[in-house]
Amino acid sequence: MEKLIEQFSLGLFFWQSVLFVALVLLLKKFAWKPILEAVNEREEGIKNALESAEEAKKEMQSLNADNERILKEARAERDTLLKEARELKDKIIADAKEDAQEQATGIIDAAKAAIEVEKQAAIADLKTQVAHLSIDIAEKVVKQELSAKKDQLELVDKMLGDVTLN
Amino acid sequence: MRRDFLIKKITFLLFLVSLVSMGQHHGDAHAQHDTHKTEESDSSLKVEIKEFINHHLQDSHDFGLFSYEDDHGKEHHVGFSLPVILFDSETGLNVFSSSKFHHGATVAENNGSHYKLYHGKIYKTDAQGTITYDDHHHAVNAKPIDFSITKNVVFIFVVGVLMFLIFTRMAKNYKTSVLPKGFGRLLEPIILYVRDDIAIPNIGHKKYKNYMSYLLTVFFFVWIVNLLGLTPVGINVTNNIAVTLSLALITYLLTTFTANKNYWGHIFWMPGVPTPMKILLIPIELLGTIIKPFSLMIRLYANITAGHIVLMSIIGMMFIFKNWIGSPLSFGLAFALSLLELLVAALQAYIFTMLSALYFGSAVEEHGDH
Repeated sequence: MEKLIEQFSLGLFFWQSVLFVALVLLLKKFAWKPILEAVNEREEGIKNALESAEEAKKEMQSLNADNERILKEARAERDTLLKEARELKDKIIADAKEDAQEQATGIIDAAKAAIEVEKQAAIADLKTQVAHLSIDIAEKVVKQELSAKKDQLELVDKMLGDVTLN
Repeated sequence: MRRDFLIKKITFLLFLVSLVSMGQHHGDAHAQHDTHKTEESDSSLKVEIKEFINHHLQDSHDFGLFSYEDDHGKEHHVGFSLPVILFDSETGLNVFSSSKFHHGATVAENNGSHYKLYHGKIYKTDAQGTITYDDHHHAVNAKPIDFSITKNVVFIFVVGVLMFLIFTRMAKNYKTSVLPKGFGRLLEPIILYVRDDIAIPNIGHKKYKNYMSYLLTVFFFVWIVNLLGLTPVGINVTNNIAVTLSLALITYLLTTFTANKNYWGHIFWMPGVPTPMKILLIPIELLGTIIKPFSLMIRLYANITAGHIVLMSIIGMMFIFKNWIGSPLSFGLAFALSLLELLVAALQAYIFTMLSALYFGSAVEEHGDH
């Protein structure tokens, strides 16, 4: 301890204090302040960037969820639309079938009626013709040979056979 | 061959650990001595080594790089002289070159006053340079107040300029780019370490900024000074009690003058203890405020001084052993110790800064929970 006190140099203490305090003040102004500020600024920047990235990520996620939802809705809508369309198609086809059936029935009925009318007309016509023919035959029979009863009958038979064939 | 090897190694070590080469010549000459003389010269060698270590640890008034003896036994000093500034109660301010002392050999005369350098201290004396001693062989001559620019002062100044250049350059880099460039890349993590692991945990987020300049400066100053102290030109600054006292005093003053009510409250009226204890605690706590920086001062001083003494003693052993086992052993030990000293250099800077931060932290602590 005594040696320490003896060794103690006031001059060195003085110069060390002066130089060191000057160094602290100079470095504070020209080095530490700008360095620490720059580092702080950079750290803030990094922090902000990270935060905004996180935010963007969240936004992206919500956006994705939205998209998903919209897509789902769209799909559901498409499905209902398709279903409706299918139903409509079926209905239209069924309707058309019914209509066609009705019409076909109508046409057939009309055709039947027409055929009936034609048939009646034809029958009537036939009747007339038969009558005429009968008359003709009768005429001919009468005209030709009313002598031979046997021949007359043959003739009538022959004529009738012809008529039946007609 | 063997001697050559030894000399080569010694030379290398001298370069490595800043031992001024007085012993090389001595060792060389010594080997030629007769055997019956060996014992006697061994003890003188030991004394010489001891003195040399003491000399190395001391501040000096001239910037000596090394000294040697020539073939005629004449001592040569390589280095340059420094200004001596003295305050004398009789003649006032005296400024002259330290070359006037001729390394203590002659009496320096300035403005009619005579001064003599004796064991690194300047004493006022007469024209003949008489030094009177007391019973314990201590000089009793009047001592002028010595404000000389000594070797250590020059070194402190050089370190200061170096730090200023390095860190202002680093600061300028940040103006052009967000990331540090060059040397700053190495320094930035250290600065951030001081901030994030020393200042903020000890002082707290709110107040740490006020102390950053001091903490950073003291950390780098102590570290650089310690490291340069290990280089060949090494001048130990931190093994001067004056330097460590100055640093510790700044910590003490900063603690004292930035302390808040809470800090003083804990010293003068400790909460949570009975009144008689409070009174008893006042002197203890007051003493504690002084002991803390005092321990800072002693710790730094003692660690660096001890390291240098041990290192130089081991190197000195090489000159004593002078054989195949002892010298390589000394070399190995010295090398290992040098590595250890590199660690100690950083460690002491860290401890000084850390404890300073701790004291600042206690001074600005807000709530009194323990």
